[in-house]
Amino acid sequence: MLEDILSGIFSAGTFNQMLRSATPVALAALGGAMTEHAGIMNIGMDGMILMGAFFGVLGSWYFGSAAAGVALVLVMGVIVGLFFALFTVKFRSDEFIIGTALNTFALGLTSFLSRSIFGTAGTKGNPALPTVHLPFLDAIPFLGRVLNDNSLFIYVTWALVLVMWLFVYRTPYGLWLRASGEKPETLRTAGIAPERMKWLASILCGLLCGLAGAHLSLGQLQGTFAEDMANSRGYIAFACVIFSKADPAMAYVAALMFGFFDAIGLRLQDYISSDLTNTIPYVITIVMMVYVVVRSQRKKRHAGKRLPQRQT
Amino acid sequence: MEQTAVRFEHVSMAFPGVLANDDVSLEIKKGEVFALVGENGAGKSTLMNILYGILTPTDGRVYINGSPVDRFAPRAAIARGVGMVHQHFMLVPSFTVAENIVLSREPRKGRIFFDSAAARRETEALSAEYGLAVDPSAVVGDLSVGLQQRVEILKALHRGAEILILDEPTAVLTPQETEELFAVIRRIVGQRHMTVIIITHKLYEVMAISDRVGVMRKGQLVGVRDTADVDEKLLASMMVGRPMLYDELEKTGTPGKELLRVEDLKVRDSRGLAAVRGVSLSVRAGEVLGIAAVEGNGQSELIEAITGMIRPESGKVFLLDRDVTGQDPGAIRAVGLAHVPEDRLATGVSAQATVADNLLAGRQREKRFTRFGFHRRMSTVERYASQLYERFDIRGAGTQAPAGSMSGGNMQKVVIAREFSFDAPVLIVAQPTRGVDVGAIEFIHSQIIAKRNQGCAILLCSADLDEVFRLSDRIVTLYEGRITGEFSGTFSKDEIGWHMTGGGKREEAG
Repeated sequence: MLEDILSGIFSAGTFNQMLRSATPVALAALGGAMTEHAGIMNIGMDGMILMGAFFGVLGSWYFGSAAAGVALVLVMGVIVGLFFALFTVKFRSDEFIIGTALNTFALGLTSFLSRSIFGTAGTKGNPALPTVHLPFLDAIPFLGRVLNDNSLFIYVTWALVLVMWLFVYRTPYGLWLRASGEKPETLRTAGIAPERMKWLASILCGLLCGLAGAHLSLGQLQGTFAEDMANSRGYIAFACVIFSKADPAMAYVAALMFGFFDAIGLRLQDYISSDLTNTIPYVITIVMMVYVVVRSQRKKRHAGKRLPQRQT
Repeated sequence: MEQTAVRFEHVSMAFPGVLANDDVSLEIKKGEVFALVGENGAGKSTLMNILYGILTPTDGRVYINGSPVDRFAPRAAIARGVGMVHQHFMLVPSFTVAENIVLSREPRKGRIFFDSAAARRETEALSAEYGLAVDPSAVVGDLSVGLQQRVEILKALHRGAEILILDEPTAVLTPQETEELFAVIRRIVGQRHMTVIIITHKLYEVMAISDRVGVMRKGQLVGVRDTADVDEKLLASMMVGRPMLYDELEKTGTPGKELLRVEDLKVRDSRGLAAVRGVSLSVRAGEVLGIAAVEGNGQSELIEAITGMIRPESGKVFLLDRDVTGQDPGAIRAVGLAHVPEDRLATGVSAQATVADNLLAGRQREKRFTRFGFHRRMSTVERYASQLYERFDIRGAGTQAPAGSMSGGNMQKVVIAREFSFDAPVLIVAQPTRGVDVGAIEFIHSQIIAKRNQGCAILLCSADLDEVFRLSDRIVTLYEGRITGEFSGTFSKDEIGWHMTGGGKREEAG
C-alpha cells in the first residue's frame, strides 16, 4: 500500500503534473516580480489571471484560433496593466484596495460577459493551444517523459524566466526598475522618472498574468472557461514573489514547489478525501510565508547586532 | 579673467503659505568654494534645489556658465555640469558602489546589457583620479555614512559635474570624516578648478573651507562676503538679524526642595547589556542638573527609565516624593513630568500629523478640546495651537501643515512648545538643540532658563558640552553607566572632559 503510494508520487506523471500546475503560478509570479521590484504591492494578480483566462477563450471562440485568443490576451494584458498603473502610480491610490477592486471587478466582468456571450457561466471545447512533441527527448528515459508533450506555454515560460531574469539583473533597465522601488528619489535625481519604471512594471505584470490565464484556459484545460477559474493562483503567485524576493528564477522554483505538492495532492486523492488533498497547496503557502517571516526576523536580529557601528 | 559659474537673478520661490526664496540675486564664481549659511528654513536648500532643477522658481532667472536655464529638471542640470550631494543620500542601499555611481548612464555591452565589469573599472579609475578610495563591489547599505557620502561625490563626478552642491555635508559626519571631506573639497577645487557650493549652519566650517560666504535669512540673501573679511560672530549676527553673542543667561532664585530623585538605578539596553550600572542623583526645584557624557554611556537609557519608556532592572525613581519606578509614561507624566526626547523624529513628533495635532498631543482629552468625549472642537484646538505657534516663534507653513514638512529647528520648537506648556514641575530635556540652527538654539536656551527661574527641576542631557556648561547649575559626568564626577560653581572643561572619559576617580553623586 505504502509502496504503491510512493511509486505513484515519484512517477513521471507526478512531475509532469508538477510542471502543468506550476506554470500558471510561475507566469503570474514573473509578473508579480516586476511590480514587486517597482515597489508596488500587487495583490490584483488573481483578477489579472482571470481576465487572461476569459479573454483567451473569448478570442479563441470568436476568431476560431488559439493564437488569436493569445493575441487578444496580450492586448487586454496591456490594458489591465495600464488600468492598474493609472490608479496605483498616477493617482497614488492604496495598492491594497486597487488590487482587491481589480480582483472583484474581474470576477464580476468575466462572469457577466460569459453569461451574456456564451449564455452560461462557462464554455468549453474552443480551439486550444497545441502540445509540443520534441523527438530528441524520447531518448531520455525518465526526464523525457516529464519534459515532453507539454502544452506550448510550459516551454514559453522557461524562456520567459530566463528573459525576465536577464532583464532584472543584467540590464540597465533592471537597475532602474529596482531603484524605482527601493529608492525612487535616487532615480529621479539621476534624471529618470521612477514612475516610468512603475508603469512599465505594471504593464509587464498585466501581460504575464494574462499569459498565465491564457495557459490555464487555452492550454491546461483545452479551451475551457469556468467561473473564478483563477482559483486563488494569483495569491499563491504573490506568495512565490515574496518567498523568492522577486528573483524570477527563484520565483519559478517556488512555483515548482507549489506545483509538486499540488500534483501529490492529485495522486493522493485515490487514497484520501480530495477535500483534504486540495488544502495541500495552501498549507504549503502558509509554510512558505512562515519561512519568510522567520528569515526577515533573523535578518533584523542580525542587523541589530551590527548596528552600533562607531566610526573612528 | 574671472568667470561666473552660476548667476541667480531675482529668483523667488513660493510654496503654499510660505515664500521660501524672496528675490535672491547671487553670483558664484568658477573655481571657488562658496558657503551658503542660514538658519533652518532660511531657504538655502530651496535655492540649491532650483539650481539642480528639482524645483522650478516662481519668478526670476538662473544662468549656468552664462547661459539661461529654460527648463528646470535634474537631467538638464546634470547635462549642464551641476551635481548635488543631498543631505539625505540618494543611493540605493542594495546596489553596489559601482552600480550606484553609474546609475542612469550605465556602460553597456551589446546595446541592451549592463556591463558591470566596465562599471567597476570606471569607478576604480574615477576613485584613483580624485583620490577617493572606495571598493566598487561593496554593497552601499553596508558602508559607513562617511563612505556613502564619498560614493555620492563620485557619482556627481561620474556625471561630469563641474559645479558641485553639498547640502549640509557634515551633519552626519564625525570630526575626522569632516576633515577628510574638506581635504577632498580642497583637492577637487585646487586641481580640477571645480566650483563647490556648500550649505551649512556650522560657522566654523564656513571659516575653515570657504572662499566666500552668502548669508540667508527668511528666504532673502542678506549678504555676501569674502570669508577672510568676516568672523563667526559677524556671520551669526547676520543670520539671526541681531547681534548674538551667547549672552550670559540670567539665572535667578535659589534651589528649593528636591523634586526628582533617582536611587541606584540599573537599566539594561535593548540588547540586554548593562547600560546604567547604579546611578543615583537628585534634582531640586529651580536648578538645572546637566549630564555630561559621550554618546553611548548610558544617558539615553537613564532618561528612558526615568520617563517610563523602558523598565529599569532595579533601583527607584521618585517624582515629587512619589515612587514612580516602572510605571508607564502616561502615569509618570500625570504625576508632574514633561519630557523633550532626544530623537524628535522617532519620539518627539508624529511626522504625518499636523503641527496643531502635535502641539495638542497629551491634552487631546481635556474638556475644552472635546465635546461628548470624542468630538474635537476644531476652533478651540486651532486657537490653542496658534497661540503656541506664535509664542514659541515657530516658522513654517502654519499649524495645519504636517509636522514632518518642517525644518529640524522648527520641529524641535514644536516639541519644546508642547512639553513646556504642560506646566510640569519636572522637565527632562534630552539633546534640545541637536541639528538646530543658532537662532533657535538661543531661543530654546532662554526657554529652558525661564523654566528654571520659575522653579522647575530640570534634568538636561546633551552631547554639546558648551550647552551643558551654559545651562547647568550642577553637572554630573557619566561614563560606562556610572557617575564619575559631580561639579558645581565654575566648571573646568578639562576636568569634566577628563571625568567624562573615565579618567576621574569614581565618585557617588548625591
